Amino acid sequence: MQKHLLSAADLTAADITRVLDTAAHLAKVTDRAIKKVPTLRGRTVCNLFFEDSTRTRISFELAAKRLSADVINFSAKGSSVSKGESLKDTAITLEAMGVDAIVIRHGASGAPWRLAEWVEAVVVNAGDGTHEHPTQALLDLYTMRQRFPGFDGLKVAIVGDVLHSRVARSNVLALTTMGAEVTLVAPPTLLPARVETWGAAVSYDLDAVLPKQDVVMLLRVQLERQRAGFFPSLREYARLYGLDARRLDAMADHAIVMHPGPMNRGVEIAAEVADSIERSVIADQVANGISVRMALLYLLLGGPEVVA
Amino acid sequence: MTRLLLQGGRLVDPASRHDGVADVLVDDGRVAEVGPGLDGTGAEVVDCGGLVVCPGLVDLHVHLREPGREDAETIETGSRAAALGGYTAVCPMPNTDPVADNAGVVEMVAARGREVGLVDVFPVGAVTLGQRGAELAELGAMARSAARVDCFSDDGLPIREARLLRLALEYTRAFDAVIADHAQDASLTDGAQMHEGEVSAMLGLAGWPAAAEEMVVARDLLLAELTGGRLHLCHVSTGGAVELVRAAKARGVRVTAEAAPHHFALTDEAARSYDPVFKVNPPLREKADVEAVRQGLADGTLDAIATDHAPHAREDKEVEWAAAPPGMLGLETALAVTLTELVEPGYLDLVTAVERLTAGPARCRRLPGHGGPVAPGAAANLAVFDPAAAWTVDRARLASRARNTPFHGRELRGRVVHTLLRGAFAVRDGRATR
Repeated sequence: MQKHLLSAADLTAADITRVLDTAAHLAKVTDRAIKKVPTLRGRTVCNLFFEDSTRTRISFELAAKRLSADVINFSAKGSSVSKGESLKDTAITLEAMGVDAIVIRHGASGAPWRLAEWVEAVVVNAGDGTHEHPTQALLDLYTMRQRFPGFDGLKVAIVGDVLHSRVARSNVLALTTMGAEVTLVAPPTLLPARVETWGAAVSYDLDAVLPKQDVVMLLRVQLERQRAGFFPSLREYARLYGLDARRLDAMADHAIVMHPGPMNRGVEIAAEVADSIERSVIADQVANGISVRMALLYLLLGGPEVVA
Repeated sequence: MTRLLLQGGRLVDPASRHDGVADVLVDDGRVAEVGPGLDGTGAEVVDCGGLVVCPGLVDLHVHLREPGREDAETIETGSRAAALGGYTAVCPMPNTDPVADNAGVVEMVAARGREVGLVDVFPVGAVTLGQRGAELAELGAMARSAARVDCFSDDGLPIREARLLRLALEYTRAFDAVIADHAQDASLTDGAQMHEGEVSAMLGLAGWPAAAEEMVVARDLLLAELTGGRLHLCHVSTGGAVELVRAAKARGVRVTAEAAPHHFALTDEAARSYDPVFKVNPPLREKADVEAVRQGLADGTLDAIATDHAPHAREDKEVEWAAAPPGMLGLETALAVTLTELVEPGYLDLVTAVERLTAGPARCRRLPGHGGPVAPGAAANLAVFDPAAAWTVDRARLASRARNTPFHGRELRGRVVHTLLRGAFAVRDGRATR
C-alpha cells in the first residue's frame, strides 16, 4: 500500500483484499466486552474536518479509539480563504504538534493531495469536494463481501448524481479494480464528461437496469442540484430514478440496497425500501465503516503484522 | 558607448525575410548598417558567432500587477523578466487596481515603464469602465493620451453583451484601435476549474468546455465582420477556435489572434497533481487542442505567441486548487518553450517561430520600432540568443517577483544572451543590466 490513502485508484486488488481481510479480523474487537486493542497506543490521529460530517468523523474517531490511538478533532468549517488561516498553515501547525495521521474532509477537490505535500504524517482522504471518498468505497465493498462470495462479475448499479458524487468515483475505481461490473444510472445532466471512459456501463433507464443487479447503490440527491437546473423537480427525479417498493419488487430476490447516507427518504429512496430488513444493508454499512477504518489506520500507521 | 557591432551572428529578421549570417552595426540607438563583414572601427565588437540575432521579442499580453498587486509583480520586476526573456516590448493588461480604464492610469503605467527603461511598455486600456461590462470607458481619451493606447481589452472579464462589443468595435474605428477579447461564455463556465473532459471528470473539478470559448470566438468574428472593426483574440486554446479563426481569415475578416506557450506545451493532464501552478484561464486543454494550436501557429492562423504572463503571490497559489487564482508566468521561458516545443519537433522553422514572437505580434498593434525589420534607420531593439543552449528552469532564479512557472524543473533549449533596447544593453551575457 502507498503511504497515504488519497484515492481508491491507488489501491491494487491485493491492497483492497488486505484491507477487507484485516477489517474482518478487527470486527471481532467490536464484539468483545472491552472494545479496544492496544495496537496504536501512543499514536495520534487528527480528524481535520472542513465540512460538517458527523457520521464520518465519529466513525474515524471510534476506529482510532478502538485501536487505542489518541484522537484530536480539528473542526475548521469553511474554506481556508474565508477562515483566514490557510490549509498550509493548518498543516504546519498539526505537523508541529506531532500527529501521526491526518484524516481530512474538505470541500475542495484535491485538498488531501495538497496536504500530503506539506506534512510528513499519513493523510487519509475522508472526502474531498466532488472527487473521492475512498474509505466509503472500502466499507461498501466490505458490506458487499459479507453478502456475496466475491466481486468477479458482481453486478452493481450506482444510481443518482454521479457527476458530483465522491462516493460514486471511489466505488467505480475500487469495484472495477476488483472485477465487478458497474452500471451508472442517472439523468444525462448528472453524468460526468466522457463517463464512457470509466470502465462502467451507463444507462438513463433505471427500470431496464434493476432486474439484472446484485447490488443497487443509491446516491444522495442534493436539493441545490435541482435549483441549479440539473433536473426539473425532486418529484420528477423520484419518479424516474427513485427506488420505491414497486422497483424493489423488480429486483432479483438476492439483490441488496445500499446508500452512503444521509438519506433523502421519498426522493432517491422510499422509506419502506430504506427500512426493508431483507434488502437494505444501510445500517450494516455504518457498522462496517468502523472496522474498515480501523483496518486502514492499522495498516497505514504500521501496526504489527498479526493482530492479537 | 554609442556604437556596437554585433558580429557574425545568424540574423533572423522575418520582416525583411532575412535569414543568414550578417553583422549588425548599431549607432546611437539605431541600426546603422546590416551586412556581411562590416567595419567595426570605433565600435565595440560583440561576438555573436553561433548565436541568433533577431528583432526584440514583442509580448501582446502580460500582467505586470502595478498598480495594485506590487507584492506579485511590479513594472520594474516584470520589465526585467521581459528583458531576460528577450523582449523589448510588452503590453500589460488593464486589470490592475485601479483598473486602467482612463488616461491617468495608462499614462502612469507607460511612464513607469519608461522610467525603468528595460523594455517599452505599451499599456492596454479597458474597454468598459472598471471592466464591468456596462458602459464604454473613455477610449478616445486613452488613445489620445501620452500612452497612445491603440488596443483595448476587458481581459479576464470578457464582454458579455454582444451589443457592447459591437459598439466598441465600431467606436474604435475612429482611431484604428484593436479590441482584444478573452473569449469565454460566463454561463457555461460558472465555477469552472479546468478544461472539461476526461481529466476534469475524474478529478471532480468543474469543467470549462471548449464550446464556451468557441461560441464566443464565433460571435466575436461575426461582430468584427459586421462592424469592420479590428478584432484580436487573446490566448486561443482550442482546436475549434483555431478552425473558426482560420475560416474567418479566409473570408477576409479583420482579425488577429495569439496563442500562449502553455497552450502549446502542456495539457490538462498536468492538473492531476492538484497543484494550482497549472491552473490558468483559459485552461490547459487536450492533446488534440495542443496539436491544433501548433498547426495554427505554423500556418499563420495564429499571428502571435503571447505569454499571458500572470504573476501571483506565493500564498495565493499555495492553496487548494479551487481557491487559487488562475494564471502562470511566461516571460522568461516563452522563447525557450517555443524553440523546444515548436521548432525542435519541426512544427515551425526557426524563422517562422521568430516571426510569431516579433513581427507577428507587432503587426497586431501599432508598436513603433518593434518587430523589425532590422534595417538602417530602425530603432535598435534586438535580441541575441543561443538556440542550442540547454538549461533547466528554476523558479527560485526567476527575475519575476512571483514563482508560479509551470515549467519549473523542465529542461529547455534556447537561452537569451543579450537584449538591446534602442542600442543599449538591457540584458548582457544573460544578466539584466539594471
